[in-house]
Amino acid sequence: MNEKKTLDDQHYEKIIAEESICTQDHVVYEPPKSAMYETPMHYCPGCGHGVVHRLLAEVIEEMGIIQDVIGVAPVGCSVLAYNYLNIDMSEAAHGRASAVATGIKRVLPEKLVFSYQGDGDLAAIGTAETLHTCNRGENILIIFINNGIYGMTGGQMAPTTLANMKSTTSPFGRDVATMGSPLKMTDLVAQLPGTYYVTRHSVHKAGNVRKLKKAIVKSFEYQKEKKGTCFIEVVSNCPSNWKMTPVESNKWLEENMLPFYPLGDIKTPNQKEN
Amino acid sequence: MAKVYGDIVIDIEKCKGCELCVAACPQDSLEQSREVNSKGYLYIVKVQDNCTGCINCALVCPDGAITVYREVAGGKKKEVAKVKNVNKDMTITVDE
Repeated sequence: MNEKKTLDDQHYEKIIAEESICTQDHVVYEPPKSAMYETPMHYCPGCGHGVVHRLLAEVIEEMGIIQDVIGVAPVGCSVLAYNYLNIDMSEAAHGRASAVATGIKRVLPEKLVFSYQGDGDLAAIGTAETLHTCNRGENILIIFINNGIYGMTGGQMAPTTLANMKSTTSPFGRDVATMGSPLKMTDLVAQLPGTYYVTRHSVHKAGNVRKLKKAIVKSFEYQKEKKGTCFIEVVSNCPSNWKMTPVESNKWLEENMLPFYPLGDIKTPNQKEN
Repeated sequence: MAKVYGDIVIDIEKCKGCELCVAACPQDSLEQSREVNSKGYLYIVKVQDNCTGCINCALVCPDGAITVYREVAGGKKKEVAKVKNVNKDMTITVDE
């Protein structure tokens, strides 16, 4: 009889003996503990907001800047972001998050300030504030969650809604002739001299999540060096208002949103210096 | 060759059963359960013991409900250097 034990045998023996590997020595990933509350989030199942909140908390924990960060929450689905992120946060009027962030940064220039806005907030009612903040080159980070729809109010058409995409206020699809083309905010602010780092990411796959985390780290580092406005767009999903399951919505995002909003850096520091 | 064993723990009270982790898992070891949590969501459970601890599920989880553990078993050690110390001789090794 062959008495030599394989690695699998040893592993299953351990499991039978209830020696789980789930101990603190073997942790490779755990959700952020200090920068985020334990509260379950109110977002719909599969919403991209949760991933971005978690990444922000992870970055803040890893960079050790929990005492130095001030966030500005918008109006929209993420209006209650301060219930989940355990950092100093302020609430802004609809669309004015980047203007409020400007004020906070000017009063407290040593703090790291970010605004977290959706597409109805940043691209519709807050277009003027966003463009002028970027044009002045305020040292803040603007995180722009783009899901092409007004999520909180029930799926109305946003400026970023794709052509022929159905919403409750465009039930036959967005007609470009009468309703205009979708607004590419990120490409627009990349033209302005004040912005330093402008990039577009998504959170629909694990690889994209890793890239977004790196971009957030970079933006906070640029802000420490007082380089200018950093602008991160996150192409996200809205399963409830797109009327799909979360997995379907991610597939739809990949097939329809990403060709119009291609991922990648739009303005990087090297390009500006050349 | 070293073999990697992984395991995950899902906080079922945070889980909303969106199944994004099921789609992201390369080993197909996750599945939706038939029981509900206190909010009424069909939470996700691990049904197969073939996890490699790649953390894909935890990265795509919108609710931060997944903690991942990993253990590398049976890795051969390769000797790199020997250090003579006053108190105790040491051998430095790396995993092959």
